[in-house]
Amino acid sequence: MPTVTMTVNGRQVSGEAEPRTLLVQFLRDTLGLTGTHIGCDTSQCGTCVVHLDGLSVKSCTMLAVQAEGASVTTIEGLANGELHPMQAAFREHHGLQCGFCTPGMVMSAIDLVNHNPSPSEHDIREWLDGNICRCTGYHNIVKAIKAGAAAMAGGKR
Amino acid sequence: MYSFAYHRPSSSAEAQGLSKSADARFLAGGMTLLPAMKLRLTQPSDLIDLSRVAELKGIKAGGSEVRIGAMTPHAAVAASAEVRKAIPALAGLAGMIGDPQVRNRGTIGGSLANSDPAADYPAAVIGLNATIHTSRRTIPADSFFKGLFETALEPGELITAVSFPVPERAAYEKFRHPASRYAVVGVFVAKTAGGVRVGVTGAGPCAFRATQFEQALSKSFSPDALKGLSVPSAGLNSDIHAGADYRAHLVAVLARRAVAAAAG
Amino acid sequence: MTVQQGIGAPVRRKEDRRYLTGRGTYTDDISRPGQLHAVILRSPHAHARILKIDTADAARMPGVAAIFTGPDMAKDNVGGIPCGWLIKNKDDSPMVEPPHPALVVDRVRHVGDQVAVVIAEARNQARDAAEAIQVDYDVLPAAVDTAGATKSGAPQVWEQAKSNICFDWHLGDKAAVEAAFAKAHHVTKIDLVNNRLIPNAMEPRAVVAEYDRATGDYTVFTTSQNPHLIRLLMGAFVLHIPEHKLRVVAPDVGGGFGSKIYHYAEEAIVTWAAGKLGRPVKWTAERSEAFMSDAHGRDHVTHAELAMDQNGKFLALRVSTLANVGAYLSTFSTCVPTYLHATLLAGVYTTPAIYAEVKAVFTNTVPVDAYRGAGRPEATYLLERLVDKAAREMKIDRVELRRRNLIPRDAFPYQTPVALKYDSGDYQSTLDIALKTADWAGFEKRRAEAKARGRLRGIGISTYIEACGIAPSAVVGSLGARAGLYESAAIRVHPTGSVSVMTGTHSHGQGHETTFAQIVADTLGMPIENVEVVHGDSAKIPFGMGTYGSRSLAVGGSAIVKALDKIVKKSKRIAAHLLEASEADIEFKNGAFTVAGTDRSVPFGQVALTAYVPHNYPITELEPGLEETAFYDPLNFTYPGGCHICEVEVDPDTGVVEVKKFTAVDDIGRVINPMIVEGQVHGGLAQGIGQALYESCVYDKESGQILTGSYNDYTMPRADHLPSFDVATHNTMCTHNPLGSKGVGEVGAIGSPPAVINAVLDALGPVGVQDIEMPATPQRVWRAIQSAGAARAAE
Repeated sequence: MPTVTMTVNGRQVSGEAEPRTLLVQFLRDTLGLTGTHIGCDTSQCGTCVVHLDGLSVKSCTMLAVQAEGASVTTIEGLANGELHPMQAAFREHHGLQCGFCTPGMVMSAIDLVNHNPSPSEHDIREWLDGNICRCTGYHNIVKAIKAGAAAMAGGKR
Repeated sequence: MYSFAYHRPSSSAEAQGLSKSADARFLAGGMTLLPAMKLRLTQPSDLIDLSRVAELKGIKAGGSEVRIGAMTPHAAVAASAEVRKAIPALAGLAGMIGDPQVRNRGTIGGSLANSDPAADYPAAVIGLNATIHTSRRTIPADSFFKGLFETALEPGELITAVSFPVPERAAYEKFRHPASRYAVVGVFVAKTAGGVRVGVTGAGPCAFRATQFEQALSKSFSPDALKGLSVPSAGLNSDIHAGADYRAHLVAVLARRAVAAAAG
Repeated sequence: MTVQQGIGAPVRRKEDRRYLTGRGTYTDDISRPGQLHAVILRSPHAHARILKIDTADAARMPGVAAIFTGPDMAKDNVGGIPCGWLIKNKDDSPMVEPPHPALVVDRVRHVGDQVAVVIAEARNQARDAAEAIQVDYDVLPAAVDTAGATKSGAPQVWEQAKSNICFDWHLGDKAAVEAAFAKAHHVTKIDLVNNRLIPNAMEPRAVVAEYDRATGDYTVFTTSQNPHLIRLLMGAFVLHIPEHKLRVVAPDVGGGFGSKIYHYAEEAIVTWAAGKLGRPVKWTAERSEAFMSDAHGRDHVTHAELAMDQNGKFLALRVSTLANVGAYLSTFSTCVPTYLHATLLAGVYTTPAIYAEVKAVFTNTVPVDAYRGAGRPEATYLLERLVDKAAREMKIDRVELRRRNLIPRDAFPYQTPVALKYDSGDYQSTLDIALKTADWAGFEKRRAEAKARGRLRGIGISTYIEACGIAPSAVVGSLGARAGLYESAAIRVHPTGSVSVMTGTHSHGQGHETTFAQIVADTLGMPIENVEVVHGDSAKIPFGMGTYGSRSLAVGGSAIVKALDKIVKKSKRIAAHLLEASEADIEFKNGAFTVAGTDRSVPFGQVALTAYVPHNYPITELEPGLEETAFYDPLNFTYPGGCHICEVEVDPDTGVVEVKKFTAVDDIGRVINPMIVEGQVHGGLAQGIGQALYESCVYDKESGQILTGSYNDYTMPRADHLPSFDVATHNTMCTHNPLGSKGVGEVGAIGSPPAVINAVLDALGPVGVQDIEMPATPQRVWRAIQSAGAARAAE
């Protein structure tokens, strides 16, 4: 079995992975980072979104071997003691219920704000095309992302 | 997913060399191939990952054309200042593909080689009369798409880049599938010195030109020129979401809207 | 006690931090040492006889530990999956209750039916081996379509169910209804389909089971809304494991919406296999598997008639429904179209006579069971579509027609002709507030403005009732329920004064860990940080019935209040002893016990410590310790109600419907946490709007294949399908539970679908469209406009 080496949440990690091992499986099963979820098998739901070299990607639609040498950030890598402003905004605005889509939502939202520091409601709803939530009706997710964007712009992170 | 052998070449030549096996597949962004493999709908013997082939990446805009490397992700095309300046409709189209995460990984070369009937790029390739550059030759847009998931590419032939002539005006209108986000119908309209082209995706087994629309628009580039015109529904795709007649109707509606957008 | 944390405060959720940092523990996140992986081989056919299953090649594949089929389970006397509710036919005979084996024996009855289980060291290996199993099927014709299955000559799903009828049930006074129809001024009739839905909680179902050979204990982690129910059903009826040897844990669960209530075959298969192999076994559904194995929702075909006098006063309602139950009877499947549906047909109206007939139909499809709202959305949809149609036919304004028939404020308690007794409500006010919030009066201006842009704008309304807070055990028992529907709570005050609350409900998004902590903190006068809510583990909590039917707060919360009452009562006795006062003189306020009229007091924490360090203690009269358990069995259902108003725009060229504005004014009784309440309403609205505009499980009527078997074809509402919502509450208190709370989980999904469709029809009225089915997809709307145009041209 080939060995894959990458940087995950700032730490260099190596592990064996069959070529058919998906990045999400490597994160969950090999590294025990179970905050990244699997909600579908057709690359639609976005519960598996992580950052790969700074950009949001679906870790279920990537082989672990494709991430060789890359830098991956998962939901576990965001908070350092205190919540990332986007995480804090989701809590403050009740942007989560069951929590299953939440890691992907937060990772996707941060990528949006990295590209568009003050997104409108329209921008946010369009951006969330790749993230499905069944609990919130998105109303509070949209509010949270707006507030999270403002907090990120305010230099909190 | 079934097992396969994985290769990560660093040059186009090396990639070519690895593709000798009949069941080997190139892996570009993998946005269609990997989901199909996950569902065990396809079983390649080898995956040749093109992500480290530097020569396949990048965007070059000259005066008269925009050349996009095959491994350029959609997000890069959508965000490219050069593309936005030269062919804003093309950047806009790239920004409508799938979702942000698909756009960060999916590539133009992968999309075209796959020739999904509902993919967006084929409309632009047809509409702008693009040229497909491959490891062996160049293929004009009109001879590239051959049918459902079928192109002019030969086994082992690799798309290296696509060049799009810069039009005078162009616009893309997409009727997005409510579930999959693919194009139920997409219409790319382009006006050039040489005339008007209308590329249609989503409606048929592969992208095609709406020639009757082109003729009408060549006379008068306005939505009114399309009044009363339609494409025949025979042979168009039909499924639970959109019957062939509805798709035919949408082609006309979107073409009018695209012309209005391009003209405006 | 700080007001910011008590009852009525929008306290930020205690559970959020673990979810937001990726530290939640969902079932698939749990891996046990030595764990094997199970993959279920499922039927590719809707209906077939199994001639032969050859597992020999598969068994030899790498990593395979075992392959089991139906006969293997039968050999171990494994029982079938039980149905929890017996419905009787009109003639009092029992429904047809066919067997429901965890793994089929000789026949498959829907695409996705469980044929075999492969257990291997790795998941991919199990999957590889499952593909190598060779099954010879004799494919049979399938009964797929709800109405079609009852026609003569339709394929039989079960030989014992003639014409595929599971039961033929009725409710109400048929003679009174017929008499009322005979003297009616006008009768409005409607035919409707309530579209089949797939619940699609974002977390796919999963089970991890292990067996300890040394102790004989089983531990099962499962994605469930009610771990005790699973323990009871699986232990007592299926695997015959005594309850004290079976621990069922539902850890963090990623949404349920009803679909995770039921005892599923996979739970039994995996638990049984773990015992057989002596190693932990994990199974996790893939999404495509979930589409063909999670219980589906809705799927009614209904004809309804409303009789009115010349003023539009409703005289009588008559409803006839075919309800698809799928191929097997899932846990609550039979009560959904009956006692959760027909009993709601009075709605918020004074209709004096109602008669409903419901035939449940077996088909070669996935079992159908409760999905958010369960029966009540179906009742509301037919009623509110019917009322709108009646208004058009009677040429009475639709709001005015509703007003003429609303149950008046002073009529409570109100006995309906369909068994329920509403305890409280104020339907006039929820209507008025909704009309004002939605600017109903200013709508025509917006319609005109839209028309100038080439868009058809419409507005729609629905006034609805719900019966939830399920349920009085004696009542449901008399109606066929095979379980009680009370709830349990245990309050454990620790020596240093912090509190653990064990609740029999289960939180999978509802925020119980916060809401329940607020109730406790408010009562005991302490910060919510000192209160921990424990749920979901049958080894830690008293027997409880779980979460569904908007029951957690009304029933589970009431049990907590009852347990708190006991805690306070005992604490007062301890305080009286410490303060050397009479118990009758002790007041408890703001976390302290005070002798009335004095400044002598002792804080709750000191009382708790005294209970556990009883040096100075009335030990001859009172046991030490401070822990109380209560079970609460409700006296009645609770009755949320309200008014939803939807405004849409239709693009007539493409048929696309866009929801521009949605107003919901709900009466849900006492609100504990308004932030969570709003979130619950939002989520319900998204599912209701989803049903009305986007979602539909479509089967191929011949082959029985699901044509919407992935997110590429089943339209899950996404962020850009929905607007932001205007939600408000106007609450009257429930009169029979101690909190006054009614329930909020389902209101959004109940009130919204007819509001949306009524809005779509209002928009399309000017172009001649009279009727449209859910979901009102672009193609369906476009076709309706085309055929209305053609019909007009022909006139």
